[in-house]
Amino acid sequence: MNSSLLAWIILIPFISSFVLGALYLYSISIKKINDTIFTFLAILAPITSFLIGVAFFLSLKNGATDYMYEPYTWLGVNGYIISMGFLGDKLSIFMVLFVTFIGSTIHVYAAGYMKGDEGYGKFFSYFNLFMASMLLLVLANSPIIMFIGWEGVGLCSYLLIGFYFTEPLNVVAGNKAFIVNRVGDLGFIIGLVIMFFYVGKLGFDYYALEDYISLVPTSILTIIGIALFVGAMGKSAQIPLYVWLPDAMAGPTPVSALIHAATMVTAGVYMVARFHFLYDLIPHVGEFMAYIGAFSALFAAIIAMRQTDIKKILAYSTISQLGYMFIAVGLGAYSTGLFHVFTHAFFKALLFMGAGAVIIAVGHEQNIFKMGGLRKKLPLVYSVMLIATLAISGIPPFSGFFSKDEILLKAYRHHEYLIYGIGLFTAALTAYYMFRLFFVTFHGKNYKQKEMHYLSWSMKAPLLVLAFGATVAGFVGLPEVFSQTNLIDEWLKAYSGGALHVEHTTEIMFMGISVVVGLAGIVVAYVKYFKYDFNKEIQESGIVYNKFYIDEVYHFIFVRGIQKLSRFISVDVDDGVIDKAVMSLCGGFINMGRRIGRMQCANTRVYAFFMLLGISSFSLYLILKLG
Amino acid sequence: MIEASFISYISLAILLFSIGIMGLISRKNIFIIYMSIELMLNAINIIFVTLSKYFGSMDGQIIAMMVMAIAASEAAIFLSLIVAMYRLKHSVNIDDFNTLKQKDTL
Repeated sequence: MNSSLLAWIILIPFISSFVLGALYLYSISIKKINDTIFTFLAILAPITSFLIGVAFFLSLKNGATDYMYEPYTWLGVNGYIISMGFLGDKLSIFMVLFVTFIGSTIHVYAAGYMKGDEGYGKFFSYFNLFMASMLLLVLANSPIIMFIGWEGVGLCSYLLIGFYFTEPLNVVAGNKAFIVNRVGDLGFIIGLVIMFFYVGKLGFDYYALEDYISLVPTSILTIIGIALFVGAMGKSAQIPLYVWLPDAMAGPTPVSALIHAATMVTAGVYMVARFHFLYDLIPHVGEFMAYIGAFSALFAAIIAMRQTDIKKILAYSTISQLGYMFIAVGLGAYSTGLFHVFTHAFFKALLFMGAGAVIIAVGHEQNIFKMGGLRKKLPLVYSVMLIATLAISGIPPFSGFFSKDEILLKAYRHHEYLIYGIGLFTAALTAYYMFRLFFVTFHGKNYKQKEMHYLSWSMKAPLLVLAFGATVAGFVGLPEVFSQTNLIDEWLKAYSGGALHVEHTTEIMFMGISVVVGLAGIVVAYVKYFKYDFNKEIQESGIVYNKFYIDEVYHFIFVRGIQKLSRFISVDVDDGVIDKAVMSLCGGFINMGRRIGRMQCANTRVYAFFMLLGISSFSLYLILKLG
Repeated sequence: MIEASFISYISLAILLFSIGIMGLISRKNIFIIYMSIELMLNAINIIFVTLSKYFGSMDGQIIAMMVMAIAASEAAIFLSLIVAMYRLKHSVNIDDFNTLKQKDTL
């Protein structure tokens, strides 16, 4: 297979984004274009990329070596060359497959969700730009090219959160996401620069780094590892940089599903797996990562228990699930973490799309306590949401069970009992808050409005596809007790961190514990919320509902100080000092010009007199000097 | 007959030149100004010729002839300019030509 096709995986969505953008501008300014054209162009791109991805997958499966394609030099400074290069190995093609697959389904869904929206073309232009950036991030062959994609997805996230920019709150949310991500990106850049400083001379693509990274002293490696992880914290919404993700739900629901649940937020996990050669050398940083992940998982799950906004609950559950992924990659089980990325993409995209369908159906209401009793009215959404909720709660045989269980098992086998305990407890909380959402939304009796908005087939079909995925995705990573071959571990052998052999009885026991814990959560939710029928609307309050006041604390510590500083600089320094200096200089010139200009009095005799004066004084000078 | 001395020729030249300068500065009529300029040119010519005679060299006289030739051609241009200016403003008063004057609008 021609490796130049790698570039087309990225180029097709990119070109599509460009064309869509141009058509959109044409449409709003000159002549209205039918939405069908936008839909067709938009959906074509990710599907084509997916098909190319499948071709690469099959080729790699049949034993082809890694594809490497370097079309041109992106940066050449003083003999040092960074080429625009793409690497298609098992990890990146794995990512490409699920990103483009989930992306395609969500594109189809979005075609229904955004129907009739004024910014229809713009939305898909951004969406395809996001696909292109994400694929660039995944397929890059060096950290620098990866960083382009890394920033690109951040930009698209910003654009799409603030998609309805007439609402000031959305703009604030977009800014928040962008700025918090910048904090993470700074860490990422620092990590890259230090790494470049030490081994950059020997080449800076992943192959070269893998070969030479051991030349770097361990203390420096620790700094690099932590700095890169700070980048991952920002992108993957971990403590302490998670605050942007719940606010990011201001964007349209397909955006939440694609960017803020299934793909972009997993970029941090992918990055850690990509730098596995680095993190393998510094297990203590990995342990730190695992703890951050565990605490993020727990913290977000606790907050999610008291939220009332359906999308916010899902956002916190995303943070929580990302925490699980970081537990896995932190402990060196990269393939397990990626397995959870894979299953999570299915069920979380499904949850968001189901939530979006519910929101549309009840007329843009997001408070779950204002819904209820939707089971009869939306049977299809009900059943797919049930599958997704079971999957995230870790009930077999749905996909979430296998990946989450494997993570917990790995934590236990690495003798990280605290992490194991937190993970297990969080699993119970997850089951609880997800079924709280589920019961209140679908079984409650509180919903007044009788009329349902119509859901088009382009919204329903992707739900079915993803529901199928959420059901069976777990089977690609069956634990040892059920099957000898774990397909994920097989495929990502280089990233599996060594197989951990576990006694079958132990393994089954652990599974039993997980299931029991999950069921316990469901039972509690059942007791509390199944027959939910409050005559008056429930008003959550308290410290948990207010998210532990973390936003307020951040506002107090960081935002206020920076605002004060900006105000000082803009008012006192800029207006008071710099502007004043420049303006008074200008004033001086103007005054001088006015005075000198007065000599242009249009009186020829005066001119002649001045001329005479000049000539006389010059002559006098010459006479005195020479005389 | 009083013999014309070197100093008297120079004095005549200075006198003519000063009259020319005063005419240039104080008169408004363009023709008068032009005549003042010609007067100044001729004052210079007198100095050239005087010095030529004094030093016994022909250079000064040659230059004087050249100045006269140039002054003649300049006269043609100058007069045609004055005609053009008159057509523009119907005036030969130098104060009427003040298009480039600084207007205090800045």
